[in-house]
Amino acid sequence: MSVETARPSVLGRAGRFLRDHPTVTLILLLLALVALLQVLRPGIVNERWIGNTVKFAIPLAMLAACQTLTMLTGGIDLSAGTVATISAFVVATQAPLVGTGPALLIALFPAIILGLLNGFGVGICRVHPLIMTLGTGLIGIGCLQVYQRSVIATGSVVPPILEWLGTGRTGGLPNALVLFLPFAALILWAQGRSGFGRLLYALGANEDAARLSGVRAWQVYLALYALSGLIAGLAGLVYVGLIKAPSLSLAEPLLLPSVAAAVIGGTSIFGGRGGYAGTIVGALILTVLGTLLTLLQMPEGARRILFGLIILFVTTAYLRLTDQG
Amino acid sequence: MPMTQAEAGLPALDAQGVSKRFGAVVALRDAALTVRRGEVVALMGANGAGKSTFVKILTGALRRDGGDVRIRGQDTHLASPAGARAAGLIPVYQEPSLIRDLDVADNLRLGRTPADPFLHWVRELGIPDLRLDDRAGDLPLATLRVLDLARALAAEPDVLMLDEMTAALPTDLVERVLRVVRGQADGGRAVIYISHRFAEIAQICDRATVLRDGATVGDLPIEPGVEDRVVELMLGAALTPAAARDGGPRAMTGEPRLHVRGLSSGARLADVSFDLHRGEVLGVVALEGQGQDELFEVLAGQRRASGGTIEIEGRPQRFRHPADAIAAGLSFVPGDRADALLMVRSVRENIALPILAPLRRWGAIPMRTEGARVASAIERLQIDTRAQGEVRRLSGGNQQKVTIGRWVAGEVRTLLLFDPTRGIDVRTKRQIYGLVRDLADQGASILYYTSELPEIPQACDRVVVIFNGRVVEILDVAEATEERLMRAAYGLTSPEGRRAVAGAGRA
Amino acid sequence: MTRTLRRSGWVLGLAALLAALLLLTKLIQPGFGASGIESLVRAALPFAFATAALAVVVIAGGIDLSVASMMAVASVTAAVLMESAGEAATVPVVLLVLLVGIAMGAINGALVVWTRLPDIVVTLAMLFVWEGVALLILQAPGGAATPWLRQLIVGPFPIPGLPEGATAFLPKSLVVLVFCLALVWLPLRRSRLGLSIYAIGSDPTAAFRSGVAIGPTRIAAYGIAGLLAALGGLSLTLSTGIGEPIPGPYLLAAVAAVVLGGVALTGGRGGLLGPILAVLILRVVRLILTLLSVDPNVTTIIEGTIMAVVVMLGGLLAMRERRA
Repeated sequence: MSVETARPSVLGRAGRFLRDHPTVTLILLLLALVALLQVLRPGIVNERWIGNTVKFAIPLAMLAACQTLTMLTGGIDLSAGTVATISAFVVATQAPLVGTGPALLIALFPAIILGLLNGFGVGICRVHPLIMTLGTGLIGIGCLQVYQRSVIATGSVVPPILEWLGTGRTGGLPNALVLFLPFAALILWAQGRSGFGRLLYALGANEDAARLSGVRAWQVYLALYALSGLIAGLAGLVYVGLIKAPSLSLAEPLLLPSVAAAVIGGTSIFGGRGGYAGTIVGALILTVLGTLLTLLQMPEGARRILFGLIILFVTTAYLRLTDQG
Repeated sequence: MPMTQAEAGLPALDAQGVSKRFGAVVALRDAALTVRRGEVVALMGANGAGKSTFVKILTGALRRDGGDVRIRGQDTHLASPAGARAAGLIPVYQEPSLIRDLDVADNLRLGRTPADPFLHWVRELGIPDLRLDDRAGDLPLATLRVLDLARALAAEPDVLMLDEMTAALPTDLVERVLRVVRGQADGGRAVIYISHRFAEIAQICDRATVLRDGATVGDLPIEPGVEDRVVELMLGAALTPAAARDGGPRAMTGEPRLHVRGLSSGARLADVSFDLHRGEVLGVVALEGQGQDELFEVLAGQRRASGGTIEIEGRPQRFRHPADAIAAGLSFVPGDRADALLMVRSVRENIALPILAPLRRWGAIPMRTEGARVASAIERLQIDTRAQGEVRRLSGGNQQKVTIGRWVAGEVRTLLLFDPTRGIDVRTKRQIYGLVRDLADQGASILYYTSELPEIPQACDRVVVIFNGRVVEILDVAEATEERLMRAAYGLTSPEGRRAVAGAGRA
Repeated sequence: MTRTLRRSGWVLGLAALLAALLLLTKLIQPGFGASGIESLVRAALPFAFATAALAVVVIAGGIDLSVASMMAVASVTAAVLMESAGEAATVPVVLLVLLVGIAMGAINGALVVWTRLPDIVVTLAMLFVWEGVALLILQAPGGAATPWLRQLIVGPFPIPGLPEGATAFLPKSLVVLVFCLALVWLPLRRSRLGLSIYAIGSDPTAAFRSGVAIGPTRIAAYGIAGLLAALGGLSLTLSTGIGEPIPGPYLLAAVAAVVLGGVALTGGRGGLLGPILAVLILRVVRLILTLLSVDPNVTTIIEGTIMAVVVMLGGLLAMRERRA
């Protein structure tokens, strides 16, 4: 009946601390990076820079929400980048035709459809989420290219409301917070205090046990991937407002960082552990890291290697640390 | 195999004082086994006696903590399955160990088994039509087991270890296997024969070594009437009549809550019928692998039945998902806690899980109601909640309480408990018996499988004994002495059981 | 025996399907002939090697998501070295590229064994790493391929003594493909290592009991996949004449071909012939769609859908088998 009688090793204690207070550790890491930046380029850290960093971190954090939620169940959503791109492109091309409001609704429609498709493949056909979402991503890109040719004459306009949301500031703070704060609050609430959120953790922790407790896993997966699609679509809308130029590969560069943000944020890629708070800090860390790497003139290739190694290292570290004790 | 003069006189295998612990649990204290050339020795023990741990140590799958194992007089470390093989001990495991996706010839090459002696033994064992290009996965289970045996024989082992070799074999193959095994011993090899079947043991074994509570408690020559001695040894000296709990069984009348008729599934569950009444605790007793796992899985909606009916309160049921069984009021607590728990989640989340499963509960969690509910379950089960953060940090007993508490937190009608006290401490066991009685007194029905016979009088009203996938005995708890249960579990008492023993298997 | 027939039945079915599709192509475009087949196989070459690489790992019970990235590394390494080292050094360069491939694969495998992470996680991370390595070697498409090496996969394979008309239907690229795969796979398939690869994919416990060293076998399987991926990268450089640092759409196509080719994603089952036939089938489908003048983008959608459906059906079948 003993509870933790053995004296934990240093590694074990570090692991415990990381696990119990992942966000604290991450915030310390973030501050260290900011301090490093300030040392390398004195004076760079000011109110304007902070606003900019937050502005760029928001779409990333939203896309990383897709990864966080799916990773809680042991999955992943690699179609999120494509879905965001589709929504962004559709809204920009539909706005001149049908007006901003309807265009926003039309833009989210394919996002949910692709999400449902993912959910169908993962939940009902039991395809590995990674392969399923890679596949739907490919299909999505194909559809987008066909669509592009059909609207080639209409031209594209980023609706002003999205520009306001993506780029604008009010009193030094980016306007995107208007969307992001309630969004983050909703996710943080749902992950701990809604039945749906709890089931995500349950499926990730032990799918068989969840089934034995009466959880019909396919329902959860279907809803989860549809939700993930919707979030990716929203992220695309915010991002196109930030970049202001829709293209066929708009949000693709955000995909890997979105996975990395969730992993760095302490969400276990095996499922059952983690949460969105860490992911938000993870997105900030990556944005600051990006600035740092640009400052150091790190080539694109080295960045990708770094991302890969970060995912590998962090996942291994979490596995080893949390296995202690 | 050439041997020196000195080797010839030594036992082929001599294990003394073998011990093994897993954390705080002592699995083996003082296990011993001696097998000489020319002998077939039966290794026997009730569930949980430490038999499987002993076998794993001898075959190199586990390392022992203490004791000696000598093969042909030489001290061996048995560090791996390959090490045990090299030392001359070749096991045939209960589950087939051919690679399913390779054909037989490739399997032989993989294990470096010479083909000619293998084929000789295959024919000898009664499989005349085997083709080497058959894929192992396409062969029936019985054939696979015989091939495993032939593969072991072709390697010319000094010591042959057979674990439940005749399970899943049809009668004619059983006869041939027994003849070949006896022939091996007569030819000068040593054989360790692990089995639950007295008929076979009487037919081919010279001695029986009996394990109880992790120690060897007896070594008997096989002679008429040895069954009773073996059963006595397996149970221990204390063959006193069981102290039945207060009150005694109540009279069960009226419509049963759970009415099971002719249930079958897979190769192991053949034909099980019983009734479970309101307020009743029905014990299930069976040796390992007699179909009890399948019975509980079918009732829990985890596995499809291939025949038979389940009725709950008069309504026929067909479960396609555990959710169906839960909706019908059947709550299952599996034997392995790792199957039931979200190990990395909190006590609260584990207990509240079934409540949140239905679609209509996906919204906001009424935190206060949930908290109260969980607290009352914790209180009722006296769960030690010092480590609430992750269930895997709890002791085994507390983990088990959480899996039960999950159902007690809701409205439990019928509880299916599969060996709920396996590997937990005595105090917690008592608490669980008490809880089971309490629940029954409040009108719940409980099906209670246990691998420990002394629990039966403490918790149950009636007992069904299952052997070979069939119910062989139904007893009131007053008549259910341990001896009687043990004899029934070995198929020694009922006419049906005797028939099964005589048949020594199913086709 | 019927069982043996059933086992090769899937491959025979694929071959029949391929023949039917080729016939259909001929019906749609009567001019389709030797040169059509030649360009078809040549275009299929990188896909075929990617598929073979993935198949080996999947048979061993793993998955390698970094196949396309490793191909990119091999492709740019070959292009850069061939451009700078000149024609004389071509053979050493090819050997070096193959060694690089084996090394990349072995690194993947060693990381899978050492980190004890799921294959899918490790190789996802390595997908980024190899992609980055390729970009570091060559920022934009460039480099060159030795001309005589390029000729190796162009045109028909001449057999002395046979008229040209008869050999026209045997493209060099097909000979190269069959030769390379046979060289790697046939000795392996019969060896203990090959059997061990099947064994660890089918049932690691039983394999361990049969004396198979699980870790080294796994690393070897990834190493072989690396070798095949390097061949894929080389063929890419040879057919385009330049090195391409951005990985092409080979990963998903390979997953689809592997599943369609009868290799179970759960490991232990299948061979290389089925997946290679599946690659050709997918390429012919693409050709037919092009001939029907379907928008190439719609072709992408249809292809993606075929792949997704194949994978989903594979999942459903695997689930049914588990239930049975």
